[in-house]
Amino acid sequence: MSGTLAGWLQVLALVAALALSYRPLGDYIAHVLTAPRHLRAERLVHRLAGVDGDADQRWSAYLRGVLAFSAVSVLFLYGFLRLQNHLLLSLGRPPMPPAQSFNTAASFVTNTNWQSYSGEAALGHLVQMAGLAVQNFVSAAVGIAVVAALIRGFTRKETDRVGNFWVDLTRIVLRVLLPLAFVFAIVLAAGGVIQNFHGAESIPAVAGGHQSVTGGPVASQEVIKELGTNGGGFYNANSAHPFENPNAFTNWLEIYLLLVISAALPRTFGRMAGDHRQGYAIVAVMALIWAASVAVVTVTELHSVSSQAGHAAGGMTEGKERRFGIWASALFAASTTLTSTGAVDSAHDSYAPFGGGMTIFNMMLGEIAPGGTGSGLYGILILAVVAVFVAGLMVGRTPEYLGKKLRGREMKFASLYILTTPAVVLVGAGLAMALPGERAGMLNPGPHGFSEVLYAFTSAANNNGSAFAGLGVDTVWYNTALGLVMLFGRFLPMVFVLALAGSLAGQAPVPVTAGTLPTHRPQFVGLLTAVVLIVVGLTYFPALSLGPLAEGLQ
Amino acid sequence: MSSPSRPVSGGLLDPKQLIASLPDAARKLDPRGMVRNPVMFVVEVGALLTTALACRSPGVFAWVITVWLWLTVLFATLSEAVAEGRGKAQAETLRRTKTATVARRLVDWRPGATDAAEEEVPAAELRLGDHVLVEAGQLIPGDGDVVEGVASVDESAITGESAPVIRESGGDRSAVTGGTKVLSDRIVVKITSKPGETFIDRMIALVEGAARQKTPNEIALNILLASLTIVFLLAVVTLQPFAIYARAEQSIVVLVALVVALIPTTIGALLSAIGIAGMDRLVQRNVLALSGRAVEAAGDVNTLLLDKTGTVTFGNRQAAEFLPVGGTAVEELADAAQLSSLSDETPEGRSVVVLAKETSGLRARDEGELGEARFVPFTAQTRMSGVDIGGRQVRKGAASAVAGWVAGHGGRSGADVQAVVDRISQEGGTPLVVAERADGAAARVLGVIHLKDVVKHGMRERFDELRRMGIRTIMITGDNPLTARAIAEEAGVDDFLAEAAPEDKMALIRREQAGGKLVAMTGDGTNDAPALAQADVGVAMNTGTSAAKEAGNMVDLDSDPTKLIEIVEIGKQLLITRGALTTFSIANDVAKYFAIIPAMFTVVYPGLEKLNVMRLHSPTSAIASAIIFNALIIVALIPLALRGVRYRPSSAAVLLGRNIGVYGLGGLVLPFLGIKLIDLVVQFIPGLR
Repeated sequence: MSGTLAGWLQVLALVAALALSYRPLGDYIAHVLTAPRHLRAERLVHRLAGVDGDADQRWSAYLRGVLAFSAVSVLFLYGFLRLQNHLLLSLGRPPMPPAQSFNTAASFVTNTNWQSYSGEAALGHLVQMAGLAVQNFVSAAVGIAVVAALIRGFTRKETDRVGNFWVDLTRIVLRVLLPLAFVFAIVLAAGGVIQNFHGAESIPAVAGGHQSVTGGPVASQEVIKELGTNGGGFYNANSAHPFENPNAFTNWLEIYLLLVISAALPRTFGRMAGDHRQGYAIVAVMALIWAASVAVVTVTELHSVSSQAGHAAGGMTEGKERRFGIWASALFAASTTLTSTGAVDSAHDSYAPFGGGMTIFNMMLGEIAPGGTGSGLYGILILAVVAVFVAGLMVGRTPEYLGKKLRGREMKFASLYILTTPAVVLVGAGLAMALPGERAGMLNPGPHGFSEVLYAFTSAANNNGSAFAGLGVDTVWYNTALGLVMLFGRFLPMVFVLALAGSLAGQAPVPVTAGTLPTHRPQFVGLLTAVVLIVVGLTYFPALSLGPLAEGLQ
Repeated sequence: MSSPSRPVSGGLLDPKQLIASLPDAARKLDPRGMVRNPVMFVVEVGALLTTALACRSPGVFAWVITVWLWLTVLFATLSEAVAEGRGKAQAETLRRTKTATVARRLVDWRPGATDAAEEEVPAAELRLGDHVLVEAGQLIPGDGDVVEGVASVDESAITGESAPVIRESGGDRSAVTGGTKVLSDRIVVKITSKPGETFIDRMIALVEGAARQKTPNEIALNILLASLTIVFLLAVVTLQPFAIYARAEQSIVVLVALVVALIPTTIGALLSAIGIAGMDRLVQRNVLALSGRAVEAAGDVNTLLLDKTGTVTFGNRQAAEFLPVGGTAVEELADAAQLSSLSDETPEGRSVVVLAKETSGLRARDEGELGEARFVPFTAQTRMSGVDIGGRQVRKGAASAVAGWVAGHGGRSGADVQAVVDRISQEGGTPLVVAERADGAAARVLGVIHLKDVVKHGMRERFDELRRMGIRTIMITGDNPLTARAIAEEAGVDDFLAEAAPEDKMALIRREQAGGKLVAMTGDGTNDAPALAQADVGVAMNTGTSAAKEAGNMVDLDSDPTKLIEIVEIGKQLLITRGALTTFSIANDVAKYFAIIPAMFTVVYPGLEKLNVMRLHSPTSAIASAIIFNALIIVALIPLALRGVRYRPSSAAVLLGRNIGVYGLGGLVLPFLGIKLIDLVVQFIPGLR
């Protein structure tokens, strides 16, 4: 089978699999978020945590829940990392240094999973399992909980209640993430991903000599790494490591897993809003952007060949696993940067300038196509609010989305949301470039070096977590700066999303008439796509012109 | 009423107006006022900065940019000044009527009292509840209600309508407006407004734009524009460290130019002019909106409540058809009907004569032509009228009365007549039976005249348009449901409320609003006041009572209830203009990037020259061209901002498609052409290379 045919088959199979799971998974999540009864296990959790599972919260209380839970998580994880040498299964690893511990704790709680450490060398099994993997579950659930509150803002009327954070969190973990993770962990293990408690073992290497290889509970962590759009690898090589991602099948499955929940959430949105067409419109925008991005990365990697060896191999092969090849690597790269996952099966640093630039641009889009679990949907809904606002004015009415009017208050929160991430990215990268010492962290000169810094801040602020590599980030400055960038990039937008949810929930819906802007037609899909591309394009064009564009247009 | 698809538009922009508004525009450059418009404030700060830099290290480029930045700000204030200028002249005329009116205040006036003491005070000193005497030839000193007497009043100062109107105590025509002139008789007026808050005061404030507050949509849009401005500011400020790293440090002048090119200056500059012009368009149609909020709400209206009489129909019954029976020719019936109506001066009678002329070409005959005609007037007892010419008798009247007359003169009114009569009644019309008796012969029925409430021409098309816009029309009438249904069907309204009492109207509004709908209505009577206050858009007729005018949020000086439809269109047009120019403004940025970014960085990264798709002459000419385009487009769009984007009633999807096509794609393409053209000129400026 030729590489091209195999590539097409992988892409088509992926699209088909996602299309198949769209309705059942989306409907199921909607059911979980709206079912009136708690499971017995959930009641137990509520009782242990001391929360009232039947209370309905104001947006501010919901937000306090999110922030308190996340703050406790950061502190807990920080302590865990600092004290890991005293715990079981530490494999004799020393405690992580303070700045790096802060960075890692922030990283996993914010669903970023940026890693300035090398997993197999720095961490024991217990921290991986009870610290990081737990955050992989709950940080993903927090994202879905927040978008659930936003959807309720659209669907509820004249109330100040947007749901119960603790109930949403518990249900998403227990009823959605755990069962899915359990099933697919077994599939991954069956596909060859390891699952054991081995420490470092010395193995004779193929080329002679001995190699030290660390085992571990990888499959169980790998599955939620993808499913929860987390991306933090058990190993430093992440999904390029043969223990995490042994073959073409597991590679394909991992791409599917990292897309599946975010791609199905528009269905949840459509179902809860009582109009599936709204969900289809949103998922269509996501699919369009995703398809275009995959195409750009694949085509540039196939065609921009910089070396003789590349010609022989039929494309840019530096930094890519021979097991996967160019098509699968490009598909993985585009999907992981569009979903805030940040798992990698190839080195984005080694991509052709436009291919690498595209992965940066993907993240700059704000992780919305389909984006992180929950965060992708709320991100695109906020952009939809902006699109509806401008378009709504153009049809001569106070703009309204799903029957809710977009007035000063709503636009304030939507504007702040749109403003936050670019501000965090640009200020962070600007500071890093203005400080001579930090600039020296770059391993490459010229525009490529700048791309490395831009990538790091874009990845952190958008909670992606993948790295361009080529930038020495394990310094106190970078650990602290990127840690803060991740926290700002995660929680400030959540504040605005929940405030918007509260503001929307309080409104009485406006009836739909012929004068209402329809938000389910191809026209709106095109409009929203254009708004996404233009707003992001305009914001980052100057920065991109000095990085990937300058490098690519030579 | 106006023709169905009359486009809503304002006057054209006169270049003289631009020049005349320059002093005002210059005054508005004051940063203290400018800070209310964040986008233009940033431009002004940028202009100050480049001015300082250009003074310190002068150069052609720095000065070109500086001058055009100032022009950008000036064009923005100019657009506002021009928009306001249009109301100024009107305000002047109004103000003249206000000054120097002397009021004749009656001390301790009581109803019926003729001996109340009189004192002369300036109009400005009148208080609520004072009574003033106004006689023929005098100006009414303040707003109020007539409490005694009846007078004809010239209201042309306010309405522009020269025909005098009658104002009398009691009833719905008691309200008088300060500044209008009593032409005959004497009236006593009870003052109902505080000094400084009279109708004229409000009107002056309104047309001058002084009372203008930002409307909810304008606030929301401003927030979006401000946040875009902040994003672009950040993008440019942080660009400097990136540029320094790339060894392409940029001068402050270039960075300021980039910021100004990117922030949405086009809409930022024109936003307030659009709002003022929207109010002005209403004023030009003789509608006073007492708040901008009401104008915007008009664009959002879901339900229009229209009074049948005066809005949907002409308000009186007119002959619509001659229906002959028993083999009578239609001409014969028309002739008889006309004869019997010649002396009937009621609108119904006139309409019979008109219809006879239209359908059968019968000229109206003078009474003198008929020889010895004896006209039989209508009385409540006979319920008939008619004429006797020689031995020929013609009668027309209610079916039963005429049938009785025919029977009494040896004739018989057949079942065919009754069938026609019943059909007309069922359709909500009024049948008038016409009978004739020739000399000595038996009387016979010639046929029936169908009188009906005639729906105004073009209303059906109007309502179809409204339906396409997503607006439901409900006709309100005191008629019985049968008649109401017939008229509703003929006019094409969506629904009707028959036998409506004021409470029913109120209940209907509440019901619609409970479903989240916005309701607009017109009204004039005191009993309309609660409903006018409850409606989201309440348009009071100027002929109405002051209670109605107080309760509504708009006043129509022409007292034309059909105006409501135009008001809705103006409200929509206002929002569309804002949205279209916002889209245009943002779409413009793409071309500006392609001009400025290669100009900034081609020196260090020659590959970026490929982005210079416009093939601009040099980096400096490219940046200057982008800034000049940015300024000129504001001036070019002032007429559009004042006139409003063309609005044709249609569904939201169609409207959006068209506006995205024109202002989105247009905004994307136009600046490429514009910047290129400007570059072709500015490259010859010496010193700009």
